[in-house]
Amino acid sequence: MVEKAAKPAGERQGAQIEQYLSAFRSFERGLNGESASPIHAVRKEAIAHFASTGFPTTHDEEWRFTDVQPIARAPYAAGTPGTVSAADIARWTFAGLDANRLVFVDGEFSERFSTVRSVPSGGAIMSLARALTSGDAAALRHTARHARYDQDAFTALNTGFLRDGAFVHIPDGVSWDEPIYVLYLATGRTVPFVAHPRNLFVAGRNSRCFVVERYAALAENSYFTNAVTEVVLAEGAVVEHDKVQEESLNAFHVGSAHVSMAAKSNYTSNSFAMGGAIVRNNITSVMEGQGVECTLNGLSLSTGRQHIDNHTTIDHATAHCNSHELYKSILDGSSRGVFNGKIFVRKDAQKTDAKQTNKTLLLSDLATIDTKPQLEIFADDVKCTHGATVGYLDAEAVFYLRSRGIGIELARDILTYAFASDVTGRVKIEPVRAALDRLILKQLHEGRRLEGL
Amino acid sequence: MLEIKNLHASVNGNEILTGVHLKVNAGEVHAIMGPNGSGKSTLAQVLAGREAYEVTAGEVRYNGKDLLEMSPEDRAREGIFLAFQYPVEIPGVSNTYFLKAALNSVRKYRGLAELDAVDFLAMVKQKMGILEMDKTLLSRPVNEGFSGGEKKRNEIFQMAVLDPKLAILDETDSGLDIDALRIVADGVNKLRTKENAVVVVTHYQRLLNYIVPDVVHVLVEGRIVKSGPKELALELEERGYDWLKEEEQVKA
Repeated sequence: MVEKAAKPAGERQGAQIEQYLSAFRSFERGLNGESASPIHAVRKEAIAHFASTGFPTTHDEEWRFTDVQPIARAPYAAGTPGTVSAADIARWTFAGLDANRLVFVDGEFSERFSTVRSVPSGGAIMSLARALTSGDAAALRHTARHARYDQDAFTALNTGFLRDGAFVHIPDGVSWDEPIYVLYLATGRTVPFVAHPRNLFVAGRNSRCFVVERYAALAENSYFTNAVTEVVLAEGAVVEHDKVQEESLNAFHVGSAHVSMAAKSNYTSNSFAMGGAIVRNNITSVMEGQGVECTLNGLSLSTGRQHIDNHTTIDHATAHCNSHELYKSILDGSSRGVFNGKIFVRKDAQKTDAKQTNKTLLLSDLATIDTKPQLEIFADDVKCTHGATVGYLDAEAVFYLRSRGIGIELARDILTYAFASDVTGRVKIEPVRAALDRLILKQLHEGRRLEGL
Repeated sequence: MLEIKNLHASVNGNEILTGVHLKVNAGEVHAIMGPNGSGKSTLAQVLAGREAYEVTAGEVRYNGKDLLEMSPEDRAREGIFLAFQYPVEIPGVSNTYFLKAALNSVRKYRGLAELDAVDFLAMVKQKMGILEMDKTLLSRPVNEGFSGGEKKRNEIFQMAVLDPKLAILDETDSGLDIDALRIVADGVNKLRTKENAVVVVTHYQRLLNYIVPDVVHVLVEGRIVKSGPKELALELEERGYDWLKEEEQVKA
């Protein structure tokens, strides 16, 4: 069945698709008894879907500005994960962050470096593979129920290879204020590989939690991370979900988050993209009940020939929901940025209040951004605003700083940092916020002189 | 201290300054008055090094050095301070950080050690007292959300912290009510010494009741057409600028 469905796309991308189908066959063989499970039926459907569509091209509206051919045609090999040391893990742990930690090395769960000291009673903080094999009810109920694999080739591919990732379940009524840290660390393994991290965060009724998802690399090697994260908020749940992407500059990263929000829930995403050669972030958030608050913040920093694409969708499917969106990009070198922000306000979504802001700072004449706010409003009693600005550093402000004795380089760095801090300042977890500040300072060459800003 | 000879400057091909001559000695206060569009602010900005203006002729010596050759930051480090007519808002940068970065840049250039946090704060608080400023302004972003009066006061506060040799106040009185005007003027007077000089650019005589000039210059169509003692300011207040414009035309 898989082979049959592959034909149409196969004409275009035969070898590229076959690489994944063949990897899927060996993946299936390694599953042993698990291949009879309901999850496996989903995997097979998903991979069949991928085989029939292949990778998107720039003719697809959703991928107009991002050419994924370099990702599609790169050869990858299976293999065992590289090695990491405790010092490596310490280096990639946010200083001062006292957190339960799930660590994945080259995409594989690392029992050794993961530390889960405390788990909410009736809930879980563990690897998704373990949750699924042990029959965890929340994991079985929600896995692959929110991320639609029939609408996106990369989600289909991830679902086909769905096996492991981070699983967090906070039961009803529990405020779990100790952040949960999920680290995906790529070693300097020389053979390029693909990882398909699959995360599931389930927040019960009136619960609260903080999750930090980080992708980092020990070396500038090439590999492909194709992550999918499903976030489920029950009624009244509050979730802050931070994502820090610092992949190798030769890596590809496609990360899709699918957020389902029940009535009166409150979801905040703070997404930071700094690494990667070609990066695509998708966030799709759907308001399933009334009174939802959804906040999407994002910051991209790119240089050289990096390409960072942020696609967000906020679906106001019900009435009386608010959304706030702030995405900023800082582009240097000949890097390229893409922002596409969709806001759907459905027919019944009266009293919607949606605000979207997208700001881009160009530090170089060679950097470019394609920005596209996309509001589709079908209700009549709503408040929706959007604004996009693209510009260089304000010459007036640079002169003002210089006229006080501050050198031109430092003046530019101060203003760039200030542009970024508008987003980093929204992260509630202090050690993460401080680390982000340091990361941004590191990218600004006079960074060390900016400490204490 | 400052010697301007035959200064010509233009912006986007329009000549704004058409031959300014001016000499300012240490310890003096000079007022530059003139009608709208006469080039007062341009002169102030050119002295501070604003790149939008092109100097097409003339020279400016500052303490024996060629001022026009220096970058804006080096002019500041050499002791020139421009109080902006329209202070710039800088979201995301606190006043404290901004002042510290500026002061330490200046100190470093002058071969002085950077001030530590404790000494810096003590100094800053003392200077804030002079300007009767609210201490909460320190932690706020530079000029963001400040009222017109707060912005102008903040300019003079920066001047107090940086301790310049030559301060150029560009329409510092505009947008100030009478109480704020008095506080700002008192601040400037407290900072005056025999070693430093002040150039006050203003449209109205009002500020000069508080910061009393040694010389008043009138700038018309890009050049100084008349200089005189402080009483000249009162005469201008009474008679306006038209008579000077007419005199210019007769001369031409």
